[in-house]
Amino acid sequence: MAKAHVYITYKNGVLDPQGEAVKDALSSLGFQGVGDVRVGKYIEIEVEKSAPDEIRGEVEKMCQELLANPVIEDFRVEIPNGNNNPQPPKSEA
Amino acid sequence: MQFAVIVFPGSNCDHDCYHAVAHVLGQPAKFVWHKERDLGGAEVIIVPGGFSYGDYLRAGAISRFSPVMKSVADHAAAGRPVIGICNGFQILTEAGLLPGALHRNTSLRFICKDVYVRCMTSRTPFTTEILPGETLRLPIAHGEGNYFCDAETFAEMEENDQIVFRYCDAEGTPSPEANPNGSLGHIAGICNTGGNVLGLMPHPERASEAALGGDDGLRLFQSTLSVTVS
Repeated sequence: MAKAHVYITYKNGVLDPQGEAVKDALSSLGFQGVGDVRVGKYIEIEVEKSAPDEIRGEVEKMCQELLANPVIEDFRVEIPNGNNNPQPPKSEA
Repeated sequence: MQFAVIVFPGSNCDHDCYHAVAHVLGQPAKFVWHKERDLGGAEVIIVPGGFSYGDYLRAGAISRFSPVMKSVADHAAAGRPVIGICNGFQILTEAGLLPGALHRNTSLRFICKDVYVRCMTSRTPFTTEILPGETLRLPIAHGEGNYFCDAETFAEMEENDQIVFRYCDAEGTPSPEANPNGSLGHIAGICNTGGNVLGLMPHPERASEAALGGDDGLRLFQSTLSVTVS
């Protein structure tokens, strides 16, 4: 089994109220100069494939069909020990 | 008019909807378990509120793969009435039967209170007996009711008369102050382009008789009675 790491974040322009709240909390704790904070999801998936391109193809399909909501979210797939650069965040829209 | 109330694991407003239809409205209603495909000849489908599948991943994300949803989609495609309430609205957007998505309230809080909504159109089977501009008082109870879609979709919805309810003040004026969750355009409810599929965050079934504190919500169910379902 090979593992893929999936990062799901709100799209740019979609308000992330959780990120805003974390940012405010960090400021009130005294952390200076905190910029934008975005809170997302991280998912580990094991798949029965070994070629990184195949794993990526399969997991990106999973993201499009279920793991991310393309209306509000972007996703990024990383394969440990695979060629991960450059991989900009993806979305269907 | 035969109603079907879809029941998912985690639905918790199914019995409220059943009560509003069967006992208050006096129409035949039945529950349909999400594993079933047969809607039993129901003319109106209610996708009720709750926390189907525990809101895992995203609210409504898992429920849309339930076998019954194929039948709901067919029912919708045939132009027949479907109403999704709260979690039901979230499920209908996840299933692609309605545009956009519902994400976290801007306050990050679960909000449970009565709100006012302004009816924008009588074109849906659930608003035939409500005039545009009328104000209803309905309860909301959600943590993820912040409606969002891209600017292009929003413009299309406005042009196609798909915005059915907007949050407003007691006088019927939509405003940021009257918007409980930060939704785009103060949207509380929308329909598909055909007008037969309605999704809304407020709970009409929880305001279906005076004993519940108000009966404005009953009007949505009453409206269906003047609709001819082929």
